[in-house]
Amino acid sequence: MRSTLTNSREIELAATEQLLTGWGLTSPSRANVYDPTRVEEVAAVLANSGSRGVIARGLGRSYGDAAQNAGGEVLTMTGLKGVGKIDRSTGEVTVAGGVSLSELIRELLPLGRFPIVTPGTRYVTIGGAIAADIHGKNHHHDGSFCDHVRSLKLLTPSGEIRELSAEKDPDVFAATAGGMGLTGVILEATIATMPVASNRVWVDTQRAGNLEEALAAMVSDDDSYRYSAAWIDCRARGSALGRSVLTRGDHAQLEDLPVSERESALRTAPEPRVRIPVSAPARLLSRTAIRLFNELWFQRTPRQRRRDLQSVFSFLYPLDGIADWNRLYGKPGFLQYQFVLPFGQEGTLTEIVEALSKARLVSLGVLKRFGRQQRGLLSFPMPGWTLAVDIPTRFDGAAALLDRFDELVAQAGGRVYLAKDSRLRPELLKQFYPQLERWKTIQSELDPLGRMQSDLARRIGLRD
Amino acid sequence: MRSSTGTFQSVLVLGGSSEIALATVTRLVSDGTRSVVLAARNPDQLEQTASELRAQGAAIETTPFDARDFRSHLPLIGDLFARHGDFDLVIVAFGVLGPSDPGSVTPEELLEVAETNYVGAISATQIAASLLQKQGHGTLVVLSSVAGERARRSNYLYGSTKAGLDAFTQGLCDSLHGSGVNVLTVRPGFVKTKMTAHLKPAPFSTTPERVAAAILAGLRKGSHTIWVPSVLRVVMSVLRHLPRSVFRRLPI
Repeated sequence: MRSTLTNSREIELAATEQLLTGWGLTSPSRANVYDPTRVEEVAAVLANSGSRGVIARGLGRSYGDAAQNAGGEVLTMTGLKGVGKIDRSTGEVTVAGGVSLSELIRELLPLGRFPIVTPGTRYVTIGGAIAADIHGKNHHHDGSFCDHVRSLKLLTPSGEIRELSAEKDPDVFAATAGGMGLTGVILEATIATMPVASNRVWVDTQRAGNLEEALAAMVSDDDSYRYSAAWIDCRARGSALGRSVLTRGDHAQLEDLPVSERESALRTAPEPRVRIPVSAPARLLSRTAIRLFNELWFQRTPRQRRRDLQSVFSFLYPLDGIADWNRLYGKPGFLQYQFVLPFGQEGTLTEIVEALSKARLVSLGVLKRFGRQQRGLLSFPMPGWTLAVDIPTRFDGAAALLDRFDELVAQAGGRVYLAKDSRLRPELLKQFYPQLERWKTIQSELDPLGRMQSDLARRIGLRD
Repeated sequence: MRSSTGTFQSVLVLGGSSEIALATVTRLVSDGTRSVVLAARNPDQLEQTASELRAQGAAIETTPFDARDFRSHLPLIGDLFARHGDFDLVIVAFGVLGPSDPGSVTPEELLEVAETNYVGAISATQIAASLLQKQGHGTLVVLSSVAGERARRSNYLYGSTKAGLDAFTQGLCDSLHGSGVNVLTVRPGFVKTKMTAHLKPAPFSTTPERVAAAILAGLRKGSHTIWVPSVLRVVMSVLRHLPRSVFRRLPI
């Protein structure tokens, strides 16, 4: 279904000049930022965009420069709110693009429902979740976010509102899922939800003495769990290389809860109580502090624990409890590197983990076994192993090391996640994303005037 | 764009035959810079260096640039920005030393030094700064000198032009705060180059390679002013506070 937007009355919306960064607080650039609250305002900004174009921005949880646009315009979409009624028969709900998963969960949980796929934080918008085609601890079981988007409304660069789905307009849908916001502005989406009986999950925790054990455990048992991820100690060496803590589980049924807690089973978590002040001194995360933290944390974790009840919020969104935790890295900021390697490339994975351990750049990483290939042309997940690590930018040698990892990942047929990226070069992009040319064709058909632009697109040549 | 690890994808050098600038560009290319424009008075003399840099995988363009042809600055630099897309880094690195005895300078020589080192430099810097501002991001590196910190009787013509340029870049840096554009002012001491080959090296002298290394370190740290060698920061502070009667008798 298509409809064209016409301005029926004057739109008055002022922009403020802001220096924007991603969650990693690196590579700031200045843009004119608009805060629309209505679709007409979004359309007006899009229609009047200048030579540097526009990009939509959600809650700024991309680690790099996906949601900023130097010298151009940025639409902060968090003013576009609204959660519709849940369809009782299908469990589907229509949500505005600016609604965060946190707000959505607050609406859904009391009704005994939950979004099927959420990432490691609930502070992402629906639009951002689609544009990055986010994944979570249940990728091996449930795929990525866009697998559960039944349809979405896209405001295209030419000003028309297009309804997209896997059946209706599948090409543009596949270009928008994981398309980093470059096909237009996502106004709303209808997503599927799943039934849950409580706000808890039961969790099995076990330690793996090294990388091989961790991988073997995930291969043999992941399918018994909806959620599975491993915290990997990236500084362990020798026979302990890649020692990990596997945390796996599923939503708890009422019977799993103590009787006294069953009445409040569907209550949501309060907002975070701890805040990190603006620019904590960077020294807080010195190499020594990181090493000590690793040791304490790893030793503290039990060797094994079964069916432990945890809050779904602290299990799925562990860092959300500390608002602005990214400030712990101080002013220089940090970057995140996440890649995936296909099954069969465990040798490359070992090589990378070894190099990380030797470089002593990283403390903890998250390791996961991915399930399926995604439909999105620029979607990140593929069947295989994914590892995500945080690296403080002030550590020398990070650039060269990651460039080398890029080569290893490319040779092994894997790729790097664009929603986390802040330093990738254009050269390897086509190898990482074989559907790149097809995506570019669809994108330029949608956007012949080049209205959709971002620092990420410029840096890695997504629109060349 | 500049990556989070500090790689500048595309660089413009105004004053492309400067040994300091070329040493800096060589390091930038090995750090990942993929596109460089070298604008200089005699671009053909740059072909050898350009080939060496191309061998490392960078696209190098050489183009004419005349510091003293002020009217050409805006169309030339504007055209470079328009053709190349964004520049992440602009280096302003041209300058002439002038005669060794400023007292015997001819009117033509005086104009050459003043127009090249001061008027030409601030013209080019201002134009680059506003184009970087329009693109919402970027860094300017301007080669100043410790000679600008206190005028010496042996060097006051050159020193005064650097003093003027330095004040300009300091003010510019502050005015650009929050705009997404950073300015790095570089104050080297005596640098052993072809420009100074005929002179006896002063104490705390340095080389183009060391200046380049200091520039890259300053860029990583986000510094606004650096001295090369760094000890000169303290040395100049002392010199600046010496009483006149003592300072004028120093053999510098």
